[in-house]
Amino acid sequence: MKVYEHSVLLDERKCTGCTTCLHHCPTEAIRIKNGHSVIDQKRCIDCGECIRQCPHKAKKAVSGKLEDMQKFKYKIALPAPTLYAQFENLEDVDYVLNGLLKIGFDDVYEVSKAAEFVSAYTRLYLKTEGVKIPAISSACPVIIRLIGLRFPSLNDNILKLLPPMEIAAAKARKRAKEKHPELTDEDIGVCFISPCPAKVSYVKNGFSDYKSKVDVVVSINDIYFLLINEMKHLNNENLDYMLESGMIGVGWASSGGESTAIFNENYLAADGIENCIRVLDQIENGNIPPLEFVELNACPGGCVGGVMAMQNPFIAKARLQSLRRYLPVSQNFLNKNEQYIPETYFFNNLPEYDPISRLSNNMAESMRMMRDIQKLRDSLPGIDCGACGAPNCRAFAEDAVKEKSKSGKTLRCPLLDIYLKDENKNCESQK
Amino acid sequence: MNNNVVFNFNVDGEDFTSAGQASVNVKKNLRQLGISPEIIRRVSIAMYEGEINMVIHAGGGEATVTVEENCIDIVLKDTGPGIKNIEQAMQEGFSTAPDNIRSLGFGAGMGLPNMKRYTDEMKITSEVGVGTTVFMRINL
Repeated sequence: MKVYEHSVLLDERKCTGCTTCLHHCPTEAIRIKNGHSVIDQKRCIDCGECIRQCPHKAKKAVSGKLEDMQKFKYKIALPAPTLYAQFENLEDVDYVLNGLLKIGFDDVYEVSKAAEFVSAYTRLYLKTEGVKIPAISSACPVIIRLIGLRFPSLNDNILKLLPPMEIAAAKARKRAKEKHPELTDEDIGVCFISPCPAKVSYVKNGFSDYKSKVDVVVSINDIYFLLINEMKHLNNENLDYMLESGMIGVGWASSGGESTAIFNENYLAADGIENCIRVLDQIENGNIPPLEFVELNACPGGCVGGVMAMQNPFIAKARLQSLRRYLPVSQNFLNKNEQYIPETYFFNNLPEYDPISRLSNNMAESMRMMRDIQKLRDSLPGIDCGACGAPNCRAFAEDAVKEKSKSGKTLRCPLLDIYLKDENKNCESQK
Repeated sequence: MNNNVVFNFNVDGEDFTSAGQASVNVKKNLRQLGISPEIIRRVSIAMYEGEINMVIHAGGGEATVTVEENCIDIVLKDTGPGIKNIEQAMQEGFSTAPDNIRSLGFGAGMGLPNMKRYTDEMKITSEVGVGTTVFMRINL
């Protein structure tokens, strides 16, 4: 299986090996080695939690650069609706959209516009006979990867519709060709402006056998000052009317937005990676009310909480509320007699289950290792201090047993000697 | 030599909010052993239902999961009030759960039937006033 490329970069000079990220990683993908944080690429789900939590700002999301767009003749911007929430006193989304043209894009296709189509088709999807419910939203790439690695039995529950970013990219390309028939596929470059490092990885890696139609992903952070400089020169007189989405599309930026757009009260919306994992565990156990739709966002607050956004997620959310207030409910509809979801909206192949946590390919061997792990764990201090470089004593026991069987080397708990000494002392004093 | 792997869990009857935790832990461990997702799902549902039952009816108990070469055995043991009529308890929809539990969405009378459905073998031994032991086996 090919290695999944990730989007987290470590600045070794800033990393002190302090164990903060170690303790926050939801998949236990991080170890401290030689004083620095190291990510196991196979386990990482790109949730961005380590970037969010690092007190030394040593972790950064790697995204594309605006310059990467220069090679294209016709440049299209795909702004995530979260972008609209980054500006103070923004009266009108059109300032942002016009600003994007000013910084050199030839066209802007709002992801929120595509989201409104996806919402409309989701309503149709949920009425389709034979679909597995609850349908789990396919919009958050972290959740999709998490399900692939940890909840394979829920694979069939994933909504089989492409996320709005992909639909936007496809529609934007089509529109460019209609406007400019002379353009070839290679002439057109599509740039997603993203709050989310997982989208960067998703575009790099594709989605199972689906190849993304986005060419470059830039972070909101990177584009922010450039954009705000152009927006300053805009006023009501020179502003073009460009907004093509409404409350529904823009609402996708925060948790619950996608769900409320299905017009059905049988939904659940959770945000924050730990919460999402708990919900998935519970769905797997069958312990949920009769739900039709489950929206899970790895970031707190939804996409507004993405680590590549500038603004505090809750302030961003509040701004979106006031921006949405004067928008039409939706600006994108299906035709009245549209009964089927077009083929182009579907993805069919989910990433194969990759049993990364498996101890060994041989079950008898795995069982032997598991017994060793249990034994070793019981002998450890159990305070999960992270001094050994693993997030907790249990993870250390796993690492140690795996290392032993791989290289024969013995890993030692750095605390154990001190701990045992203390314990002996306690016993002495009790006598 | 005994080649089985055993997982022991204390199911805390005092704290309803922690019910279901053992089933999450078992899931993680079974994944590491390379058990197939479908089997893991069955074990975790059976285990979850059993755990909930112990917390609702028996004030907690002990759960033991044994992974053997050809099967996974789950034993749930409590010292609760016992089941008066096992045949009746096995019927779908039959429940003696109190109202406050029902208001949480439990007590639909599907616990034991689900445990039976998702396992290959199930045996309940119970004595009123002494306690209940549920044995479940899932073949690999």
